[in-house]
Amino acid sequence: MIDSRPRLLETAYAQAVALKRRQLWLGISLLVILVLFSGHFAEISFSKLHENIGSFVSYFDRIAHLDNGRPVISDPAEWFWGWKKWLALMGETLLMAYLGTLLGATAAFVLCFLASQNLTQSKGVVFLTRRLLEFSRTVPELVFALIFVVAFSLGPLPGILALAIHSAGALGKLFAEVVENIDMKPVEGVVAAGGNWFHKIRFAVLPQVASNFASYALLRFEINVRGASVLGFVGAGGIGQTLLEVIRKFYYADISALLVMIIATVMIIDAVTERIRHKLIGMDARS
Amino acid sequence: MSQVTTPLADTTQPGERDQLRQRYASHFKPLYQGNWTAIFIGLVAFALFAFGIYKLDMTFARIWGGLGELGKMVVLMMPPNPGTWAMTKVYLYAMLETLSIALLGTLFAALVAFPLGFLAARNTTINRLVQFMARRSFDTLRGVDILIWALIWINVVGLGPFAGVLALFMADLGIFGKVFSEAIEAADNKPVEGVLSTGGSNVASVRFGILPQLMPVLLSQVLYAFESNTRSASIIGIVGAGGIGLILSEQIRTMDFQPMSFVILLILITVAIIDFLCSKLRYAIIGARAR
Repeated sequence: MIDSRPRLLETAYAQAVALKRRQLWLGISLLVILVLFSGHFAEISFSKLHENIGSFVSYFDRIAHLDNGRPVISDPAEWFWGWKKWLALMGETLLMAYLGTLLGATAAFVLCFLASQNLTQSKGVVFLTRRLLEFSRTVPELVFALIFVVAFSLGPLPGILALAIHSAGALGKLFAEVVENIDMKPVEGVVAAGGNWFHKIRFAVLPQVASNFASYALLRFEINVRGASVLGFVGAGGIGQTLLEVIRKFYYADISALLVMIIATVMIIDAVTERIRHKLIGMDARS
Repeated sequence: MSQVTTPLADTTQPGERDQLRQRYASHFKPLYQGNWTAIFIGLVAFALFAFGIYKLDMTFARIWGGLGELGKMVVLMMPPNPGTWAMTKVYLYAMLETLSIALLGTLFAALVAFPLGFLAARNTTINRLVQFMARRSFDTLRGVDILIWALIWINVVGLGPFAGVLALFMADLGIFGKVFSEAIEAADNKPVEGVLSTGGSNVASVRFGILPQLMPVLLSQVLYAFESNTRSASIIGIVGAGGIGLILSEQIRTMDFQPMSFVILLILITVAIIDFLCSKLRYAIIGARAR
């Protein structure tokens, strides 16, 4: 009689542990089965990797040397022989990212109010806008770029449009989330004073969301700079086309020069926009 | 009643408005006054926009003509139709290949990043130099786009999905290394002290003090990465690294419209299903922590 209560606890504990163990093992065995299947589908071959891993390591060795066999660092002028052309291409890439972000953010700005439940009464409009935004951000920008290259012909234009549509989808969702989290009291105040829809947005919503919107748009610009640097792979402008060419033609020193240029640009852009974003968020916290 | 129905009725007394204007001068001044930085930024932004439109040849005629072409293409794409059953099987197989690439790339990266994350975290690293080097290596891995990794790996293991798995692995290693180490740094030290104070070993303190805090965060990050990798894996085929991207890019180049829209639809549906499953799973994991 004295022992029965602790034993009850013990058995309950043992059962709970056993249940968790079973779940864990079930999960692990499911994962192992999935991995084996995927390994078959993805043609995993560790022997191939083992045989060729040397060429992966030597690849980085090769791109670190000039054609004459000396390390790239020893002769930066020779390494960056095409810097004028490449800088122009990098500038074009940045400009593409800028235009894509600006156009996308503008579209997202217009659509986000229609996608927020607290500002749009009609459930149908909210639903349709959300599905439209979802579609634009689910289709990868490279797919849009491929299709636009056919429709608009080669060049930066299809790339910009692809970036803009993808950005509109991604930013529209984030913007709508910000708008749905605003304080509704200023909106009610504007409505009570007889303001129309435009007044509501301008005087009640915008002051609450502007810094967040700007911060998200800057983050998107960072992402779009990375995106724009590979859009050239499908002929949609920017530095990607040249990069693809030098990789395919094994101009090793050029590969490293272009990669260094892209990575450095991306890092600088990241650092600058991060500082601006922290300032914007700080502004938000103070007000 | 009549006062309420007229919108924006001016209810101020004759002299009151001037008084208000005096008292709250900053509220009455025009918007452009004192906002010179904002105006300057706006002008520069607009100038850059105009320069971009000129420089990148975004003429109205080109956009208008392209939209017409695009409209024609969309009409030709309807309805989505894979053609024969044999082709449907090819598409489904390519989609499975895509999912396999995403799963394996994510999983391998998570397994390798787990120990490396401890090296890159301030509180568990060996020394500052190792931490700094680990962090910078992750930054570099992340700085190179998945498509570029794919091109490099194609040179090593040849065309095919294996190169795609390795490309996703490289890019994800950079992401996981960063978020894992941040999660480790954010872990609370009190459970560890609790375990140690009851006589637990160092291993026990990690197992019962840190891992329970870490696992939900790490697993949900891995699930997020798997979602985004499904999207990435569906495009790396464009450069020849396996998956459905190769088929899609060929269809677009050969203007094979109806099968193209079928493949795009297939990708969208698969991504939606994966997103749904992952969010269910993530909720289950985070719910388990709440309990």
